[in-house]
Amino acid sequence: MAERVLMKGNEAIAEAAIRAGCRHYFGYPITPQTEIAAYMAKKMPKIGGVFLQAESEIASINMVYGASAAGMRVMTSSSSPGISLKAEGLSYLAGSDIPAFVVNVQRGGPGLGGIQPSQADYFQATKGGGHGDYRMIVLAPASVQEMASLTIKGFDLADKYNMTAMILADGTIGQMMEPITFEDEEIRQYDKPWALTGHEGKRPHNVVNSLYLKPEELERKNFERYERYKLVEENEAMWEEYMMEDAEYCVVAFGIASRVAKNAVVAAREKGIKVGLIRPITLWPFPKKVLEQAAEKVRGFVCVELSMGQMIEDVRLATNCKRHVGLVCRSGGMVPSPDEVLAGIENAVKGVY
Amino acid sequence: MAKLTFKTDLCKGCGLCVSTCPKGCLAIDTASINKKGYSPAVMVNEDKCIGCAFCATMCPDCIITVEK
Amino acid sequence: MAVVFDKPKSLADLPLHYCPGCPHGIIHRLVAEALDELGIEGKAIGIAPVGCAVMAYDYFTCDMIESAHGRAPAVATGIKRCRPDNIVFTYQGDGDLASIGMAETVHAAARNENITIIFVNNAIYGMTGGQMAPTTLPGQVTQTSPYGRDVNQCGWPIRVSEMLATLEGPEYITRVAVNNVKNVMNAKKAIKKAFQNQVEGKGFSLVEVISACPTNWGMTPEQALKWVDSDMLPYYPMGVYKDRSAAKEAK
Repeated sequence: MAERVLMKGNEAIAEAAIRAGCRHYFGYPITPQTEIAAYMAKKMPKIGGVFLQAESEIASINMVYGASAAGMRVMTSSSSPGISLKAEGLSYLAGSDIPAFVVNVQRGGPGLGGIQPSQADYFQATKGGGHGDYRMIVLAPASVQEMASLTIKGFDLADKYNMTAMILADGTIGQMMEPITFEDEEIRQYDKPWALTGHEGKRPHNVVNSLYLKPEELERKNFERYERYKLVEENEAMWEEYMMEDAEYCVVAFGIASRVAKNAVVAAREKGIKVGLIRPITLWPFPKKVLEQAAEKVRGFVCVELSMGQMIEDVRLATNCKRHVGLVCRSGGMVPSPDEVLAGIENAVKGVY
Repeated sequence: MAKLTFKTDLCKGCGLCVSTCPKGCLAIDTASINKKGYSPAVMVNEDKCIGCAFCATMCPDCIITVEK
Repeated sequence: MAVVFDKPKSLADLPLHYCPGCPHGIIHRLVAEALDELGIEGKAIGIAPVGCAVMAYDYFTCDMIESAHGRAPAVATGIKRCRPDNIVFTYQGDGDLASIGMAETVHAAARNENITIIFVNNAIYGMTGGQMAPTTLPGQVTQTSPYGRDVNQCGWPIRVSEMLATLEGPEYITRVAVNNVKNVMNAKKAIKKAFQNQVEGKGFSLVEVISACPTNWGMTPEQALKWVDSDMLPYYPMGVYKDRSAAKEAK
């Protein structure tokens, strides 16, 4: 039966992970995501699961690597500086083609930065972060409800494609409280014939590995991986369109920025500006097609980001620079106001970029 | 009486079996070269071998089988 | 005639890639013998390091995983916490375990993770061509200590076993060597015990194996094993540094 509860965004992730069948959590404290660890520390021992506070982010992602290799649904969570430390493990997970679920509740950077909300890890999440040819599925929730639903989705996608799914949230959604509904969802189980279970003399030994000393072999592995990534790009892009039917201008924003942007879109409509919003829900795969199509009918785009402008590069690529793309951005933990976004929209109408 | 069998093709000629043999039964056969390009260890004094397996114990490539 | 010595079944029938005279092969065999004799190969999951033993995942016939440099104890923790009925072991060198992976090592020991660690200490980085390790001896010449390790500039080599034995956590910490038959036999006993401890749920067991690197030490294999006696073992004495169960029984 569906269940309606009031929850913090971070707690919604933790509860949803448990509902998705995750029984193993390895983490290291960092603001502003520590509620996830606290929730897991409370719940896991009571449901036969494992909560372990590791000695570092590096250790925790490697515990995830081990647990995933052992065939388990497993997760870790952190915030920006901690994700930089986890980058090593993310690369190994990708190179070994095994699933994982990772949460980044972003804060301002670079360096130690601050503890206020940010979206400045967009590049790190969507373009790599770790070394080598690889991708992660990146999901960008814009509400506490989506923190939960995209967590359940993320675990499924990770298992389906044997890759890491990352929730790229921010401090605001992490800390925000909203009523949400947990549906009784059926959790799909995936066969993991590669898992380390001990062969018990019944099969040849399994090896989980990312080392290929012969370049032609490593290239073949990377080619295979990118064939799989192509399927993800074709099938898994998610986005929301808002007031786009008759839109002459298009705002592009994800996560918390999209909520501010929506208010600005409504305000602009009241002023008679035909503007809509496209909100990427998956940042990788990036919803290229819908933006490409939008470029055919709108006069200009406005990107709204809590960074110096990172997603804007993907918007330009997706639209082949067919239309101008303006940028409304705040950085370092600052959030643009609806008025700032409205001003950005009005500038686009005036042709000022 | 003991019998040693060498997987000669896997021998790297490191000589640890030779130096550890208490009876001086083994030697590196410098006259031959195996598939790996090494001069392998060989039995040169089978009569003296007591099957102590010291050679096999010290062989880093696990190429010696000892029967007794 | 009966076979009195043969390759253990848990060691795959593959040529080892190690240099001539490298004791890694001996230590691999001892691990495989322990898996065979305890009948645990089918339940075992091994973790290969980064370093010369990186391809240990091919050599052991049990399930294997390749870890990032130094992270093997964390990977082992992840596996063992999920699959407590499996036998989980890491096989690591000195750079891997005592330099880049020191935090993972210490904390796995502090948590008394029920895992087995085989720590091969040959006082040098082998795979990368002979650089100074955290266990390189004072005055020892390596590629990155060409004038000999200057302890005033780069510090003293770390005695891992002694250090870990100061922790409350671990069950069993011992140092052995593989430079002669007698020491190899002792090393075999220690490694078997380290696995047996895990089978019995006793907890973190680490066997430090003093080994050699003839290639990067610039010695013949025979000279290298003698150097273990003359130079390595005086700084790294063999012995049991911690055995909680034995200490309890003694009381």
